[in-house]
Amino acid sequence: MSEMRFTKDHEWIKIEGNIGTVGITQFAQSQLGDIVFVEVPAAGKAVKAGGDAAVVESVKAASEVYSPVSGTVKEGNAALPDAPETVNQDPQGKGWFFKIELADPKELDGLMDQAAYEKYCADLH
Amino acid sequence: MTMPTTASGNRGLQLEQGLIFELNTPGMTAVDLPPAPKVAERLGGLKNTKAIGLPGLSEPDVVRHYTRLSQKNYSIDSGFYPLGSCTMKHNPRLNEKMARLPGFADIHPFQPLSTVQGALELIDTCAQWLKELTGMTAVAMSPAAGAHGELCGLMCIKSAHEANGQGHRKIVLVPESAHGTNPATAALCGYTVEAIPANAEGRVDVAALKAHLRPQDGKMEIAAVMITNPNTCGLFERDCIAIAEAVHAAGAYFYMDGANYNAIVARLRIADLGVDAMHINLHKTFSTPHGGGGPGAGPTVLSAKLAPFAPVPMVVTAGSGFDVEEHAGHGEARQSYGRMKGYHGQFGVFVRAVAYMMAMGVDGLKQASGDAVLNANYLLARLSAELTPAFDGPCMHEAVFDDRFLKGTGVSTLDIAKALIDEGVHPPTMYFPLVVHGALLMEPTETESKATLDQFVNSLLSLARKAKSGTAEAMFKASPQLAPRRRLDETKAARKPVLRWLPPAGNHEGNGDTKREAAE
Repeated sequence: MSEMRFTKDHEWIKIEGNIGTVGITQFAQSQLGDIVFVEVPAAGKAVKAGGDAAVVESVKAASEVYSPVSGTVKEGNAALPDAPETVNQDPQGKGWFFKIELADPKELDGLMDQAAYEKYCADLH
Repeated sequence: MTMPTTASGNRGLQLEQGLIFELNTPGMTAVDLPPAPKVAERLGGLKNTKAIGLPGLSEPDVVRHYTRLSQKNYSIDSGFYPLGSCTMKHNPRLNEKMARLPGFADIHPFQPLSTVQGALELIDTCAQWLKELTGMTAVAMSPAAGAHGELCGLMCIKSAHEANGQGHRKIVLVPESAHGTNPATAALCGYTVEAIPANAEGRVDVAALKAHLRPQDGKMEIAAVMITNPNTCGLFERDCIAIAEAVHAAGAYFYMDGANYNAIVARLRIADLGVDAMHINLHKTFSTPHGGGGPGAGPTVLSAKLAPFAPVPMVVTAGSGFDVEEHAGHGEARQSYGRMKGYHGQFGVFVRAVAYMMAMGVDGLKQASGDAVLNANYLLARLSAELTPAFDGPCMHEAVFDDRFLKGTGVSTLDIAKALIDEGVHPPTMYFPLVVHGALLMEPTETESKATLDQFVNSLLSLARKAKSGTAEAMFKASPQLAPRRRLDETKAARKPVLRWLPPAGNHEGNGDTKREAAE
């Protein structure tokens, strides 16, 4: 299992080979509160690093989920739209949003590792 | 305190009320009509073959049902309503009397123009006031509400770019703290939205904005910038003029969201800020009962550069009277982008706005905007004793607090809002603007007296102290305890909404048990 990388917008990405699995972090789900709606991208959608890729809506707010890297979506998590609570229950596991084929693995160098992300969150609030 | 239970489920004279379909007594009617005479049926195969499922009710049943429901309503007429961004100010009864004059209330849009000259003059009077107050060249009166006014402004901007050979511009810049309608409007017009960050003061980061305004690959892509002023954090965008200059230098247009115009009306002229288009929420700034889908009106003032593209219909002077330009491509509507609403706009709201403006006068409007700002700063100052303001003061017409004062208490912004219901206050706006963590956004307007504000402040300070005491978390989580309904399950309501009552299976009369099914 590879290590997770994190964005400042609270997405995570886990790399296996040339495929990254993307979701939102434990911190993000705790800030959003009960999640009531999720929209995941269709396979084949081309996204840019930092571009809109998915939508998450909680009782408090609706937010975009940005792709941590550029590439082509291979699969959206089809189970999420019918069970958005999965994102609250297991945000960094079963609550993944989509898998993406990386266009440029070097983009990963710009993301935070676990320790850096934890420090980033601690400084936020 | 334990509430006593009653055999009926009612609490004193506050009566429980089921859904009207659940009150069904089959066969009961309010009026007994004689049997219909036999006529030759001409419905072909379209005759209804099933009962239509209306409940059987007597007239007193119906009157009591809706009266009881109305008594559960809370409105600006019953108490303090500090919902931020919504401008719930008092609606003078004089406005209502004027709007009900038969010459205004009982006319039809298809009447001959010669019979409605007074109504056209009123639309023109309203337009003249709006142009005078803002200093702008023209005003499109037909937009039906704020977001519709935004659409009007952006369609004028799009038309102007296309007329000037700049139709390739595809990006609209919107600050992070914007009302959600701004990016939605831009997207509806086919634009891509890019967010401009706020600085630590809660205002637009001008350097970041200017960086966005640079050409990309030698091409200028920015069509417009949309900024709310005062902004959603209740702060005046002091750099508005510099922003307008930068936007114009880049060949783009400056749209100002006028949702918060009530804070500055008669204090400054929008035209002097370099604005190209702004909608005015007549129902907020110039008083009309609104909310719950009630009527609004969003006339949109336009600069000289955008005025030619204004939508039809438009009221125009003709000799000593008024005419209506109905079609784009003619006369004053030569370059109009067309029509966005059936008729002239929300005429009843125009009547109320004109009555309000004429009763207040420019001096009265100036005092109202000043008092609205004073009241918000009074809340900001007194509440800062226990709450944490999101930004350094002073504010404009809205005071915004974050949830730092609740840190470590286990009590959330939502819990404070629910506890305020028990105190007899409609909660302020929560969790908006999004750039403020756990936001409480309150707008007292000029309506409220010092006594009302003090009562609200005392309630909120008392709740903040209770939260910080660390002993009242359970009370907060259980609140509201005194309202007709306790804490509602917002999550379930959003995940499994029940949008339609369905009769119990196999019973089209709709009587029997009170099963409600989820609409999936």
